[in-house]
Amino acid sequence: MATLRVPVTSNDHIQGIEDAAVTLVEYGDYECPHCGVAYHVVKQLQKHFGSALRFVFRNFPLAEIHPHAESAAEASEFAAANEHFWEMHDGIFENQQRLSSKLLFELAAGIGLSAENLRESLASHEYAPKVRQGFLGGVRSGVNGTPAFFINGIRHDGAYDFESLAPSIARILQLKKSA
Amino acid sequence: MTKILPPGTVAPDFTLNVTPDQKISLRELRGRPVILAFYPADWSPVCGDQMAVYNEILPEFEKHNAELMGISVDGPWCHAAFAKERHLHFPLLADFEPKGEVAKKYGAYREKDGFCERALFVIDQDGKISWSYVSPVAVNPGAEGILQALEDLQSTGARKSA
Repeated sequence: MATLRVPVTSNDHIQGIEDAAVTLVEYGDYECPHCGVAYHVVKQLQKHFGSALRFVFRNFPLAEIHPHAESAAEASEFAAANEHFWEMHDGIFENQQRLSSKLLFELAAGIGLSAENLRESLASHEYAPKVRQGFLGGVRSGVNGTPAFFINGIRHDGAYDFESLAPSIARILQLKKSA
Repeated sequence: MTKILPPGTVAPDFTLNVTPDQKISLRELRGRPVILAFYPADWSPVCGDQMAVYNEILPEFEKHNAELMGISVDGPWCHAAFAKERHLHFPLLADFEPKGEVAKKYGAYREKDGFCERALFVIDQDGKISWSYVSPVAVNPGAEGILQALEDLQSTGARKSA
């Protein structure tokens, strides 16, 4: 059974409260079409479970098959350093079909960040070490493709649609309630 | 499930096509760790993921001076097209004729299906299997086990030379 080796800390990109009963960690690639689908599934899960669910996104770019995945991941870290991670994250997935450097600059400007600074950051690969570190942490946790989900630290080996993820989350909530 | 060769076994030698006009033998790689990743087929979506992940981890394997080779029963032309499309930077060996002969030697062939198990082997510098693992065909095993095996190999090597 694959388990999350890198614990969730304040360095992570987190939505939800710290003492939420369930933490869902996703390793994803901004150019992966399956992650594009999963993006909407996560939104649905968040709506369904409310404050019981905490969501964490970690970058896992497969750069050899997805030419824009690395720069998108670095752009998300750039936005995170400026405290706008989730706006960038949502913006990229909602416009995934036209993912390009141009889109990243456009999104940065749209959330009040300097497109010029982002351009410099991407050119110097300022956040590449951070992205790589996250990637390798994922590998050690048994991430085997994207998207990869961990529910309270255990890799979810089923499908990543709502019908498959929601019951797994509900089961843990049920166990916690009866404990 | 087939019984794959366990750790401690001498890895059976083989010579297979690595491109349509080039062959490689396991014994040529003696002196460095070798990772053999048997997989069912080129192009099936799960395999694509597995090989895509390995492709991104190559620098980590290289830190251990290890050579990664994928093996399936697909022919060399098929492998060439697959590697080109997925930008794979490691060799794919064609266990094509006689079909599955090498996989059979490693206990990694599914007779009923006519393709390889999703089986992983780490072979040490002396050509002995130091770690092996078979994953259900539908489950991509990832790379964690391989990295752990390479680290274990390095620490035993360090102890030996100490």
